[in-house]
Amino acid sequence: MAEEPILFLQSVSKRFGAVEALTDVDFEVRPGEVMALVGDNGAGKSTLIKGIAGIYPFDGGQMFWEGKPVKIHGPRDVAPLGIEIVYQDLALADNLDVVANMFLGRERISSFRRLNEAEMEKECSETLKSLSVTTVRSVRQAVAELSGGQRQAIAVAKAVMWNSKVVILDEPTAALGVAQTRQVLDLVRRLADRGLGVVIISHNLHDVFEVADRITVLRLGRRVAVLKSSETNQQEVVHAITAGKLDTVPGMVVQ
Amino acid sequence: MSTATDQPVAVDDITPSRSVSEQARLRWQRIRAGDVGSLPIILGVLVLVVIFQILNQNFLTPRNFVNLVVQMAGITTIAIGVVFVLLLGEIDLSIGYVSAVAAVFMTLRLRPPGGWPWPLAVATALAVVCLIGIGQGLIITRFKLPSFVVTLAGLMVWNGVVLLMIGGGGTVVIQDKTIIGLANYFLPKAMGWLVVIGGVVLFAIGRIQSWRSNRTQGVTTSPLIFMVATIFVVALAGAAVVYVANQDRGVPFVGIFLIVLLVGFTFLAERTRFGRYVYAIGGNAEAARRAGINVSRIRVYVFMISSLMAGMGGIVLSSRLRSVDTAAGGGDLLLNSIAAAVIGGTSLFGGSGRVISAFLGALVIATVNNGMGLLGLSAGVKFVITGLVLLTAVLVDAITRQGRQQSGLA
Repeated sequence: MAEEPILFLQSVSKRFGAVEALTDVDFEVRPGEVMALVGDNGAGKSTLIKGIAGIYPFDGGQMFWEGKPVKIHGPRDVAPLGIEIVYQDLALADNLDVVANMFLGRERISSFRRLNEAEMEKECSETLKSLSVTTVRSVRQAVAELSGGQRQAIAVAKAVMWNSKVVILDEPTAALGVAQTRQVLDLVRRLADRGLGVVIISHNLHDVFEVADRITVLRLGRRVAVLKSSETNQQEVVHAITAGKLDTVPGMVVQ
Repeated sequence: MSTATDQPVAVDDITPSRSVSEQARLRWQRIRAGDVGSLPIILGVLVLVVIFQILNQNFLTPRNFVNLVVQMAGITTIAIGVVFVLLLGEIDLSIGYVSAVAAVFMTLRLRPPGGWPWPLAVATALAVVCLIGIGQGLIITRFKLPSFVVTLAGLMVWNGVVLLMIGGGGTVVIQDKTIIGLANYFLPKAMGWLVVIGGVVLFAIGRIQSWRSNRTQGVTTSPLIFMVATIFVVALAGAAVVYVANQDRGVPFVGIFLIVLLVGFTFLAERTRFGRYVYAIGGNAEAARRAGINVSRIRVYVFMISSLMAGMGGIVLSSRLRSVDTAAGGGDLLLNSIAAAVIGGTSLFGGSGRVISAFLGALVIATVNNGMGLLGLSAGVKFVITGLVLLTAVLVDAITRQGRQQSGLA
């Protein structure tokens, strides 16, 4: 695992009127690691992600990408950097097939402005194969025909297909059964093994411990802990989530 | 979710070309699961044809067949535009009178003295309705208004404009041979054969090329025999049409016009980025937006296409009547056009449907009208039957959709 973070947020803040959603939060993810982002409802997880995604600007603080300061002006600035976000609703068009969804907005064109279906189908199959997504029977199936786990896998595959370096997954296992959760977590692990930085937001600490290398805990808009999952346990994390203060959390990585 | 879907099957296990039995099995599976495609409507047309033929021996004659093609041309043209609007999950109620705006505008420009040459008159009329569509689309997207209300306002406005343009409540005769010929010219018999042979050859070349390029790129294709069979069926159907039409006046020019439109817009819908985006927006507008698609622009273009096709349809209809009057664009034209797209299998909820459904639906409506006209039934009976056909079409769709949902196909 590389030591230098690929994405680093330095004491970012965000206010919505009188509400302080984020206060001086540091957050980082390194290439090849799975960083979990946990916290109770209203802790600021979504605010942090939406700030990275450029949906709204941070009020204070600085974002660094590959060591250089960057300014995000809107959602369109994010993908060119190499950051892809898979939202909980997955943003797939049910009526289109897997290939069409994977290439939506970036279709390949051949002569006479025709869609190059053959090339897209081939590349789609190769991407799924490289991620060992083997449960999809045919890439020409409509997404509506897929199970929840398969949809999640397609959404993730779509995100990593474009040479992204950081993938942020919002509650990827929330609606899934046991076997499908397993498949998605395996996929998450494989992304990190390929050298991507993966951020996973989850309420399910069991899943978090299964897949994450480190865990960032937010509480009431502040970062209260960054823990190595190999050096902590669920009880400590739960404590940090519900009652965490900087000085009371054991295993805390001191800056 | 069926367990079969979760069986791990490696993607690379898919062979580049399915075997005949496998293809047939896949097809049958989908039909049993309720994915019936155009099957019910083709059966429906056959049933209607049999009923009308039993009731009146004049129904299945070459003469009536040619009439039918001419009768359905206008509605088919307008319904092609409706399909695009419905794919977005929107509606366009202005198409009836927009079609009249184009027809009346063109007719007035052709009127001597100082009548314009027909290409100029037609091009200007179509440009005018394109602007109408762009305008309505911009209002809908900019102010986030429901298309229902904006185009309802359009319906009233363009109805008024048609009355104002014609003035005095008269009938204006089209004074141009070419425009009249659009719906009243029939190809000489040899020419009919030439056109159908040319069309089938082009179709075959296209099919073979795409099959071969798929094959060389190592992508799943249907078996060779299916492609050959498709070409054969198309050739046979084309030959039958020309043969029957040649027993009467010959192939109507407007029939060729329709085929060109259907092929062109099917290409636009299924083979281009634009078409892909229309389906994507109809399926999940938010996903399309996040994919970086300019959703508003696509919407505006679709409303432009809707108005453009309405305009073309209006010109076809006026050509058939050889004139326009104050009733142009009114009556059941709007409802028949929307009904045609829906009967043909395009969903009102967006994201599902094909351009060919405009043709299939218009065929049903024209068949009902034509058959009942031959039987001398009143307008009242016609409306009741057309209504029941529409209801049947959406019921069949709803029932098969339940089947699709149960088997995880919808």
